[in-house]
Amino acid sequence: MKLDCLLSGVGGQGIVLASRIIAQAAMEKGLFARTSETIGMAQRGGCVVSHVRIGDTVSPLIPLGGADLLIGFEPGEALRCIAYLKEGGAVIVSAKAIQPVTAALAGKSFDASPYLEGLQRQAGCVIVVDGDAVCKACGSDKVLNTALLGAAAASGRLGLSLAEITAVLRAKLPPPMVLINEKALQLGAAAAKGE
Amino acid sequence: MKELLMGNEAIAMGALAAGVSVFCGYPGTPSSEVLETAAKRKPEGVYVEWSVNEKTALEVAAGAAYTGSRVLVTMKQVGLNVASDPLMCVNYIGVKGGLVVLVADDPGPISSQTEQDTRNFGKYAKIPVFDPVTPEDAYEMIQDAFYLSEKIGGPVIFRPTTRICHSCAVINTAEVKAHENQGTFVKDSRWVIFPRLAHEAKRRLFLREKELGDSLSAYPYNEISGRGTLGVALGGVSAAYAKEALSSLNLACKTLTVTTPYPFPEKLALTFLEGLDKVIVFEELDPVIEEALIFLCGKHHLDVEICGKHSGHTIIAGENSENIIATELADLCGLEKPLLPAKDGETPTLAVRPPILCAGCPHRAAFYAVKQAMKDQKAVFSGDIGCYTLGNAAPLNMTDTCLCMGAGISIPQGLARGGDQGVHFGFVGDSTFFHSGITNVINAVYNQSDEIICILDNSTTAMTGHQPHPGLGKTLMGDISEKISIEKLLLACNVKSLRVVNPLNLKDAMKAVEEAVQESGVRCIVFRAPCVALFKPQTKAVINDCRKCKKCIKELGCPALSLVDKAAVVNEDLCNGCMLCAAVCPHGCIEEVTR
Repeated sequence: MKLDCLLSGVGGQGIVLASRIIAQAAMEKGLFARTSETIGMAQRGGCVVSHVRIGDTVSPLIPLGGADLLIGFEPGEALRCIAYLKEGGAVIVSAKAIQPVTAALAGKSFDASPYLEGLQRQAGCVIVVDGDAVCKACGSDKVLNTALLGAAAASGRLGLSLAEITAVLRAKLPPPMVLINEKALQLGAAAAKGE
Repeated sequence: MKELLMGNEAIAMGALAAGVSVFCGYPGTPSSEVLETAAKRKPEGVYVEWSVNEKTALEVAAGAAYTGSRVLVTMKQVGLNVASDPLMCVNYIGVKGGLVVLVADDPGPISSQTEQDTRNFGKYAKIPVFDPVTPEDAYEMIQDAFYLSEKIGGPVIFRPTTRICHSCAVINTAEVKAHENQGTFVKDSRWVIFPRLAHEAKRRLFLREKELGDSLSAYPYNEISGRGTLGVALGGVSAAYAKEALSSLNLACKTLTVTTPYPFPEKLALTFLEGLDKVIVFEELDPVIEEALIFLCGKHHLDVEICGKHSGHTIIAGENSENIIATELADLCGLEKPLLPAKDGETPTLAVRPPILCAGCPHRAAFYAVKQAMKDQKAVFSGDIGCYTLGNAAPLNMTDTCLCMGAGISIPQGLARGGDQGVHFGFVGDSTFFHSGITNVINAVYNQSDEIICILDNSTTAMTGHQPHPGLGKTLMGDISEKISIEKLLLACNVKSLRVVNPLNLKDAMKAVEEAVQESGVRCIVFRAPCVALFKPQTKAVINDCRKCKKCIKELGCPALSLVDKAAVVNEDLCNGCMLCAAVCPHGCIEEVTR
């Protein structure tokens, strides 16, 4: 199996952890995996991009036009990375926009719709997930990453099953966090299937 | 055991497998996780420390290596500038146990002040350099670096770049065995640097270059593959990108991968150059391999064109990528550029998202207090290296200068001596203060500077991932140590005045600044409140009946405040309850509520 998955969003959304969970699940299946992550200054509210490459590769970065799957934690940030998406690739995206300080300072409102429309125009398969609703149902704003992983797994585009991701969550997360993340994973999966 | 490890984790595990018993360094992106991993995964008997700065770290490392122990010292590329004094000298003196200096370079740069290339530093200092292509190679090569260091009896530089340090790969790690630190120092005149000894050492270091280069020509990670009349020479992560680019272009060529850029593996490179018309070099930062090949062609009168940064064929600054390399290769060979999937339709303008201070960050409050207190007066604000460099962004605009670690204290002194009128402020964080601020305070007091030094003490080294420092009373080993008081240090330096305030109390903070402005000499204000990433907020701000004046948004630039229908709204997921916005709101609309 060979799969390139790009994750993009804003610093603080749990993108690095999500990319590690995907790579770890692939490793547990006996596959080779790489990730490349944004760590440091850019994490302070800036754009964060993680590359996950499953299968035999040498390069840590997905080439432009090479991603099978783009997981967007924020609509505008997903659109920023659209050039990485392969012809026929899929986008899983959280519906909620995160207003940048620059927009507030300019006195402008910040709305997700032009970005979601842009994604629809440029990608064949776009699955919009109400990540905010999942977070509210779980009572934590920290589970958006697992919700999106659930949606990605359920879409069949990630090459990993919900059970395989659940196993990694159980092994990697601190015990008190496991239950709530399993719930987010399931709700994310249900959202992707339109349930 | 198979593990998914980040390059920095792989390097630490490789070093532990190589029997390293002393680790030290100073945090700096992208190098910090090496020491943190060593601390987490070390067996009994291994010592790990965050030193106060890179120079100190390297000196501790040199001493440990004198005893015959293996030592890894870590820093980022600009940290090597700080450590260059001991580095140059320890190469002349030599070591008994393996001493590897890990210096992480940052092409881009992504989070650094310079785009300097440590491979050139190695060449300048005449210290061998290892430059891995992937995290899995790094795991093996760090062990080779210790072997080489002991073989030559001198330090070796290990130079990964950000994309090696911060990318993960599945790596087969060996079991780490417990061992005891049994080094002994044997007295000998060789440990004392003197001109005569230095003269001998210089000759030895110069003469070993060729012999070492020849032996590194047989190093398995330096390799030639493929055939043709076009050569592609590669270094670092660019080698990985280029392999992908060559396969996407379906281009036949002969490649040379150089993982030991100094001493240059000339023998291997000569074999590579045989039968080639043209070579293109892909490497980030400086044209090190390119210049070595140009030198080699000159030395051996070879008629091979070397293309790269000097010839304008490749990018001079910034990171490489598969796409950049494919495009440069296509241009050179007159091929069609690689096609990207067509994207239809108009794209809405994307938001600008510069990195910013977190919601509730006490640095924002400190900057705001100084800014308000100095509203009607001429003042210059000199910043330093840390999260608080982000104080430069609008709407605070509170960083007029930023140079290097510690300069936040010494630049104001120079500005005033240069004749600049007005009040001169310096801002320095707690970890930076211990790193290189103390000597600058002493210099300022001794030389009768007139400035206000603001120490932004958030009780951690936040930017690099919350490492402990001497002011906190705990070490990387988890031990409790004697806390070193910033106030007592300042008083011992005889500063004119010292105030300690909580920056989140805007009134007190402004009063401290206003009082300090009235005085002369070196005045210090310690703004003390913990980093918001270190605790869970108990409260949050709520805006009732916003009058839509936008003052909180326009003055603070807090990421938890946004505009909805022209009214300010608090994003409660982000709000840390610092309540600075309530202090700013002229209508009293913002209140603090329990979470």
